Amino acid sequence: MVDKNLTVAKTGNEAMAEAMRQINPDVVAAYPITPATEIAQIFAGFVADGLVHTEFVRVESEHSAMSAAVGAAAAGGRCMTATSSQGLMLMSEILPIASALRLPIVMPEVNRTIAGPINIHCDHSDTMFVRDSGWMQVYCEDAQEAYDSVLMGIKIAEKAMLPMMVSTDGFIISHCMARVDLIPDEDVTKYLGQYKPETWLLNPDKKITLGGLDLQDYYFEHKMVAIDAMYKSKAIIKECCEEFAGKFGRNYDFFESYEMDDAETAILAMGSVCGTAKVAVDNLRKDGKKVGLVRMRVFRPFPAEELAKTLSNLKTLAIMDRSDAMSAGEAPLAIETKAALYGRKKQPKTHNYVFGLGGRDIKVEEIEDVYKEMLDFTQPEKNFDRKVTYLGVRE
Amino acid sequence: MENKKMGWKELPDADSMSAGTSTEFKTGDWRSQRPVFHKENCIHCLRCWVMCPDVSIIVKDGKVMGYDYDHCKGCGICASECPINKKVEFEKDKCAITMADEKEFQK
Repeated sequence: MVDKNLTVAKTGNEAMAEAMRQINPDVVAAYPITPATEIAQIFAGFVADGLVHTEFVRVESEHSAMSAAVGAAAAGGRCMTATSSQGLMLMSEILPIASALRLPIVMPEVNRTIAGPINIHCDHSDTMFVRDSGWMQVYCEDAQEAYDSVLMGIKIAEKAMLPMMVSTDGFIISHCMARVDLIPDEDVTKYLGQYKPETWLLNPDKKITLGGLDLQDYYFEHKMVAIDAMYKSKAIIKECCEEFAGKFGRNYDFFESYEMDDAETAILAMGSVCGTAKVAVDNLRKDGKKVGLVRMRVFRPFPAEELAKTLSNLKTLAIMDRSDAMSAGEAPLAIETKAALYGRKKQPKTHNYVFGLGGRDIKVEEIEDVYKEMLDFTQPEKNFDRKVTYLGVRE
Repeated sequence: MENKKMGWKELPDADSMSAGTSTEFKTGDWRSQRPVFHKENCIHCLRCWVMCPDVSIIVKDGKVMGYDYDHCKGCGICASECPINKKVEFEKDKCAITMADEKEFQK
């Protein structure tokens, strides 16, 4: 299945830009922001070299980038942009409009913390800030997955008629070079096909109004349509992942289960930390410890039932969040996972760890300590005095 | 507007509607002020027609005929932009457009 000539070394940003070249979108509107700048920059090179037919719109801000993307997608184009952190913040006004208008914009997003204090390094605060904006969210572990997820994202978004952000951890994935197996251009073109929306603004045969004033008597119903679309997108994601595996041999799902078959204790986390956690799992497994890892990929739509089913046989579960919810009790991944587990007959004891804010490194040993702590926690008399453990912060 | 309202399962995907629905949505009833046209003072320069943020100035054969009160929101831009009004320094009897209290017309 893998063509050796197409096995390359690429950074996360290069891999995502390469996916964009193969997608050859009708319109890309983008504004630079570290660490996502390279994606649009490399893509602009493809435009200048005539490798794509894309209309590249140089806008003056991310608010404009997303507005232009919405306009282009509403007009009927396959449309993309890329951003990070503060850029996503500036886009945030337009994000729910893209989803309400059911526009399948796919956006590579590079996770960077949000100011202040100002910091350009990785955590998930930026995408968590917009988690209820009606965008599908996929968190990747490496460059290969980022590349595949952007390609798959186009298919999923167009079928679900919902926008999707595909994110990688800033610098850790975006700037680190890794092996990526590319798919031949013609196979990508064949796989994605042409974008054929049912309605679009530049169709003179079926004129429509988009984004009309929608007050007390219809807003709720229209919102309900979008909420329902998000629930229904789960089946589309499942189907697209299976199709992708069949065609290109790489398997993806809502989440990845690593050594989970007989695990008593597991970590649930997202992004690049999972690569480190897998090493910790391997080390502890050598000592006979029954530990596993669940790596969330798809955070929106949230796969509540599937996740709860996988986690319910565990004795203890550490949920590791790379963002905080500011006194909500626990951080986003923990809150939503516990909501999914609540009320089930069998459920693990959970503890929430917040780590790695502002790009603070997390090491294999620290993750092993989390596992050890959670293994201790299987003893009923053990209890934690805090709801959240802030891992790696100096006191 | 008498029709039964649709439930969410009956609505099309995206909040799309047929084109041109803003003409059916009579927004004129918000108005607290209304422009009143004084034909005798108008020079038909059509500046009001250009400046109107809606399309509420009715023009026929290059002449201002009056206002579309179904959609005019009474912003007063036409009266404030009218060059005649400026020339006569908004002296009421000499203006081409004056703004009047809407409630005077609702009696």
